[in-house]
Amino acid sequence: MQEKSCRCSVEIRDLTVKKHDGVILDHINLSVHHAQILALIGRNGAGKSTLLKALLGRIPYEGNVTFQDHDGRVVEKPHIGYVPQQLAFDRSAPVTVCDLLCAGLQKRPVWLRPKRAMREKAASMLQIAGAREEILDRRLGRLSGGELQRVLLAFALEPMPDLLLLDEPVSAVDRKGIQQFYDLVTSMREEYHMPVILVSHDLSHVQKYATRVALLDRTILMEGDPDDVLRSEQVRDIFGLPVGL
Amino acid sequence: MDVIYNLIDTILPFDWTAYIFMKNALLAVLLITPLFGLVGTVVVSNHMSFFSDALGHCALTGIAVGVMIGIGNYMISMMGFALLFALCISAVLETGTSSADTVIGVFSATGMALGIVLLSAFGGFSKYSAYLVGDILTVQPAEIALLLGVLVVVLILWVFFYNSLLLTGLNEDLAAGKKIHVKFVSRLFSVIVAVIVTISIKWVGILIINSLLVLPAASARNVASSSRGYIGYSVLFSMIAGISGLILSYELGTSAGGTIVLVSAVLFFLSWLWGRCRRGVR
Repeated sequence: MQEKSCRCSVEIRDLTVKKHDGVILDHINLSVHHAQILALIGRNGAGKSTLLKALLGRIPYEGNVTFQDHDGRVVEKPHIGYVPQQLAFDRSAPVTVCDLLCAGLQKRPVWLRPKRAMREKAASMLQIAGAREEILDRRLGRLSGGELQRVLLAFALEPMPDLLLLDEPVSAVDRKGIQQFYDLVTSMREEYHMPVILVSHDLSHVQKYATRVALLDRTILMEGDPDDVLRSEQVRDIFGLPVGL
Repeated sequence: MDVIYNLIDTILPFDWTAYIFMKNALLAVLLITPLFGLVGTVVVSNHMSFFSDALGHCALTGIAVGVMIGIGNYMISMMGFALLFALCISAVLETGTSSADTVIGVFSATGMALGIVLLSAFGGFSKYSAYLVGDILTVQPAEIALLLGVLVVVLILWVFFYNSLLLTGLNEDLAAGKKIHVKFVSRLFSVIVAVIVTISIKWVGILIINSLLVLPAASARNVASSSRGYIGYSVLFSMIAGISGLILSYELGTSAGGTIVLVSAVLFFLSWLWGRCRRGVR
């Protein structure tokens, strides 16, 4: 019932990004509705990461991006959950999982002892993201690839985002971990209905987990159901043989 | 001040605290070292040690500008120039045209050379060469009050902005997703570094100020595993080095700033050994 009435969505209209050496993204139009996983595919340098950076507000752009909540009201300052490809960070940094999660949750500085309620909240976030509570006091640099991706997913999901961005989220994870991660994202989408944009080069993952696919090369070349897009001539030209054939 | 001096005499009835200038120096050390310990953690985490070093070098140009326009208090011209310098470096870095070390290196060399040229032309460089090594024994009560004010402001900023600084230093995209204004936070921190480097340079000296900022935090990284431990150890190491360095410099008749840096360096190597032993045990 909740799913049918939910109207949360992200509308990208005429989004254009220019840099001194030319147009990087040209009039991007995309809609991602509640509980949709839109996979963004394209060759290297097509502008996928630039689009994510624009949505994060990291680079200036022309055009409009409108977020709507469950009731269809416009969200002026949206929460965007972001799980990067491989977190580029100093692995020797003295920052624990608890520090990271609490820094995203509260204003109280993490150099003060966290309140018990906050620690419990961080532990429950880890549990939701499929990670063990025991890693709460572990340095980020000592986590395995799979553990780090789950911690980043937990970080991205609280507070519940108006849009979840996954940028090649499993590139540092083993095969079993990849399956677990996507199963988790799928169950999150079903439970919380947030729109998800997934950037991936792995078309088998896209076919298995995405509900829509957009082919990007400076602008949106095509958008539609995964089967239709992945079997198209344009995808075949860029990626080779279509998936499953 | 008399109340504080009497308090020092009561708590620390030693030879080295008998003099007013040593009492002032002790008070200044008790304020400067936690300040450097706190700010140094973010300088080291965000790989900004070269940046803070460049700000120290540009102090010479700030003094020269003060001499040229006839300001009696060089701290005002140094502060103005350091802030301009810090914001210019940030603005050039944000364009992404050159790597950070190249941009900062260019600004650092320019700031130092411009200061030397202007001072030699307008006021005689040797008159101001004391700024190169500094002298904490010359600190005055009004300057101690200024240090206290800056420490209070930095503590307030550390309460309200530390989480944003942590996430921005870890990964800017991750921070942006949490609605953190990454550019504002980065520039705010540049301004904090510019302010504390400028106000301390007269007592610590251009040549060693960066060591005081970097060494305690670098030592803390050797042994800390959480943000809380990192800040706690950094402030602790900074204060231990400051107080013991000041006492040693009095007993040995050496420069206070240099002695404090040497004690900091010893603490760094001890913490490095401690960290290696702990990792070996695990």
